[in-house]
Amino acid sequence: MKLARDTWLIFQRQLNLLLRNPVWVFVGVFQPVMYLLLFAPLLKPALGAPTQAEAYKIFVPGLLVLLAIFGGLFQGFGLIAELRAGVIERSRVTPVSRLALLLGRSLRDVVSLMTQAVIITLLALLFDLRVFIGDLLLAYLMLALIALMTSAVSYGVALKVKSEDALAPLMNTVAQPVLLLSGILLPLAFAPGWLQGVAKWNPFSWAVDGTRALFNGDIGDDRVWQGLTIIAILAAAGVYWAARQFARSVR
Amino acid sequence: MIETRGLRKSFRSRAGRETKTVEAVRGVDLDVPAGEIFGFLGPNGAGKTTTLRMLATLIEPDGGQATIAGADLLKDPGEVRRRIGYVAQGGSTWDESTGREELVLQARMYGIRKTEAQRRAARALEAFQLVEFADRKCKTYSGGQRRRVEIALGIIHEPKIVFLDEPTTGLDPQSRAHMWDEIRRLRADGMTVFITTHYLDEADALCDRIAIMDHGEVVAEGTPADLKREISGDVVQVGLDVTATGEAEKLLDGEEYVNRLELLDEGGLRLFVDEGATAIPRILRRVDAAGLDLRSIELHRPSLDDVFLTKTGRSLRES
Repeated sequence: MKLARDTWLIFQRQLNLLLRNPVWVFVGVFQPVMYLLLFAPLLKPALGAPTQAEAYKIFVPGLLVLLAIFGGLFQGFGLIAELRAGVIERSRVTPVSRLALLLGRSLRDVVSLMTQAVIITLLALLFDLRVFIGDLLLAYLMLALIALMTSAVSYGVALKVKSEDALAPLMNTVAQPVLLLSGILLPLAFAPGWLQGVAKWNPFSWAVDGTRALFNGDIGDDRVWQGLTIIAILAAAGVYWAARQFARSVR
Repeated sequence: MIETRGLRKSFRSRAGRETKTVEAVRGVDLDVPAGEIFGFLGPNGAGKTTTLRMLATLIEPDGGQATIAGADLLKDPGEVRRRIGYVAQGGSTWDESTGREELVLQARMYGIRKTEAQRRAARALEAFQLVEFADRKCKTYSGGQRRRVEIALGIIHEPKIVFLDEPTTGLDPQSRAHMWDEIRRLRADGMTVFITTHYLDEADALCDRIAIMDHGEVVAEGTPADLKREISGDVVQVGLDVTATGEAEKLLDGEEYVNRLELLDEGGLRLFVDEGATAIPRILRRVDAAGLDLRSIELHRPSLDDVFLTKTGRSLRES
């Protein structure tokens, strides 16, 4: 099948280029590890959690969602460099699938996020976090869908604005309220009613709730399927929209 | 091989609150037969690149028709893509990739299988004398080497037509001459080559036929020789002392073969004649018989710049 073949082709290329520059692994893992070591210890007393492990159960899922959101949203920068080098135009004169041009890149981002997520989960295990493997895999699916969506949207926006100067403030402006309204750093259970009401409209808040439920072992919790469904629909929409940007003619 | 009728494209640009429509291409008719190097000439902003990008399926025309290598541009751009190659003006290689990787990737984007793609990449590297740099990153290449990789990328799938957008811009004279040879080689391999350029000498030396574009329209089309013949004949420039110039003017002004005559500030005359080769001996005889001291005599054939000047009212070099 042409789409699968083309996607694999672009994915391989992008992954190869990424692996050629292994600094990203260090950079990508360093920051979350700092959160894990320097921020998480505050949580046990602050949240009133009975044990450190309980605090990690709340914090680690949030941290992973945070990584997925931010890791994805800033992928557009690389695409702008590719646009400038003429690589995108060179691809667009070939019959290669336009959806594959997007999917190959976004799947690379998903894989790189998964690598980070696994490293962080393993580290958290050292701090007595315990989670069932089935629940964990479902949580990873949630993270993968988030990364797929945010990276696709970032690529789509990059193709529209075509400049780093516009992309950076735009992504920051989107990311900040999304972050604050999703209960990533502290659960929204502590929030006043109006804030909780606003957060209901933030899909990432549903994603965080669902992921937390999974880390807590409540696979049957409604928030799990609700979060997954919302994120899956948004991911599909994001991919559809961004693929159209790749297909559209640019000046 | 390429046939266009009334191809049009306009862009909306916003300046402050006003939206302005810029007609970049206003109805282009072209007929490019197979096996030619066809030159598309014009100053920056004439609409060359926009036309080229339409033909290469990168932007959609607003109107008109085009058939490229037998495929309809508007109805079946996918098929056009399979049959053409396109080399952009600004480059198309990625700094961190090697030339070989780029070539293999490009071939595979055209649906060619991996082993065949590798074979073609190896062959292209050899043909373009890139073997020794093949596995180095593109960022280490010289301008000429990079340009050669880009041309190789454009033809890796053996298209019937290749579009080259200003293939020699930014190259040093030696790389430029080298590139001309490469382009002639493509023609020898049976490819139709469509190039844009704003170098007149390039169009003259390289192209079988050219079209001159200005303000979004084709203002002239033909072989370089035809176009030059179309405008006035030759110019003979006679160098004389300032003191002798007046006398020479009187001698030559009435001659039937001189169409027009101009005085030069530094002394001497410029004579517009139909045929330089027959006019020169007659000019020499007259000047010699009058005992005037001749400092120099030069024959100027019309250049494409003169063609351009006649067709557009300005010199290509000024624009």
